[in-house]
Amino acid sequence: MSDILEQAGRAAYDVGGQDLPRDAMWIRRLDPRVRIVALCAYAITMIQLSNIPLLLIALALSFFLMSQARLPVMPTIKRVAMMDSFIIFMLVMLPFTMPGTPLFHVFGFPASYEGLMKGIDILLKANAIVMATLALLSTLEPVTLGHALARLKVPAPLVHLLLFTVRYIEVLHEEYNRLLIAMKCRGFLPANRWHCYKSFGYLVGMLLIRSFERSERIMQAMKCRGFNGQFHLLDNITFERLDAVFVGFASLTMLTLLALEILHVLPA
Amino acid sequence: MHIIDAALTNDVVMGGAVLTLAGLGLGLRKLDMDLIPAAGILSATFFVASLIHVPLGHSSVHLIMNGLAGLILGWAAFPALFVGLLLQAIFFAFGGITVLGVNAINIAGPAVIVGLLFRPFVIGASSAIKAAILGGLAGALAISLTTLFVGISLALSEESLIPAIKLVFLAHIPVMIIEGLLSAAAVYMIHTVKPELFDVMRQIDDTKDETEGWS
Repeated sequence: MSDILEQAGRAAYDVGGQDLPRDAMWIRRLDPRVRIVALCAYAITMIQLSNIPLLLIALALSFFLMSQARLPVMPTIKRVAMMDSFIIFMLVMLPFTMPGTPLFHVFGFPASYEGLMKGIDILLKANAIVMATLALLSTLEPVTLGHALARLKVPAPLVHLLLFTVRYIEVLHEEYNRLLIAMKCRGFLPANRWHCYKSFGYLVGMLLIRSFERSERIMQAMKCRGFNGQFHLLDNITFERLDAVFVGFASLTMLTLLALEILHVLPA
Repeated sequence: MHIIDAALTNDVVMGGAVLTLAGLGLGLRKLDMDLIPAAGILSATFFVASLIHVPLGHSSVHLIMNGLAGLILGWAAFPALFVGLLLQAIFFAFGGITVLGVNAINIAGPAVIVGLLFRPFVIGASSAIKAAILGGLAGALAISLTTLFVGISLALSEESLIPAIKLVFLAHIPVMIIEGLLSAAAVYMIHTVKPELFDVMRQIDDTKDETEGWS
């Protein structure tokens, strides 16, 4: 339904049009609730680790999950590597701002070993968590995500807000593209000019007005069909043996990682 | 302006999560079931707006438009932008799962602040030009606050970064100006074509009072 959102989670094989047997994609058969809880637990475990070899093991684990979800390798790596310029700048600055043993100098500024290690530490953790997120959650259908959150006792208004947002992202993206094409037909070229910013501002304003009018029509249509402020969520989410096995292995892995961290078994 | 996983210390992450839960609670209280379709569609619009890239110098920046979201949605901007951030974290790998709370405070917090400060004046503005000036200020202020909040969350985690953060804040001034200009133009457009939009969250409330619900 929502093409923009589902791009990331599409299996490498879907692109070629031929389906893989479902057994080959066991991650996609897991109970969505299990995937959400497992990912949160994994992310929290990851930020507690600080031993570099352990982080490398975790990164390999995340990479394994990604390969099991049959995510296309290159586009996914590109997605993982995409980061905010603010954060990249901070990571680059870390070795120079953090006090510690100087390792090397750039234009006379010393780069500390501690800062460099901290930067590597953040990068490894962030990438491991993002890869696991892509493997476990981006492979969900956005609507299933909403239903799973509802089954995990997330308040109903928030779930419905999520479901409505998911439903209309694609529609409004098409609307945006239509407006943009109309602008381009009239000779609009993006540039660093006041005219350009004004036009983009009008575009956003128009998009909001059209969505507002659309929401009024939708509301009328819903009332016409007897909407009384109550949504019914129909799903067939079940906890099966595969889920139990996954939960067992995942807990064991996370406990092992934590134990190795606490006991300092691996050299730092 | 999404902070990534592991960039912050545990206490900052927890603080962000607690504040976000409070914000969601307050925001959802203002969001009756019958307001959800409108709020959801506007939330989707702001999600799409965040995909728009505008040129800046030799590169481009993507919009956040949290000021505009606050002006239109008020308190409901918090859950609406939170949903957008959740979807971005899961499906786009922007930001991270553990820092979702901090990112929500950094982006949705300023939206609510700006909404509470400016919305009454934008609604009451006598001309579209006045509304646009207020809208521009709101847009620029929201993004400045976001940059400031991101800086504060990083500084709380790693004190030695403070000089670098100040530099980044200054480097973001052009972004603030652009968001301000765009918000001003958008507010001008909305005020001219469909001023009711600024009242969407209350307007539906009023009609409900008149008709005593639709049961």
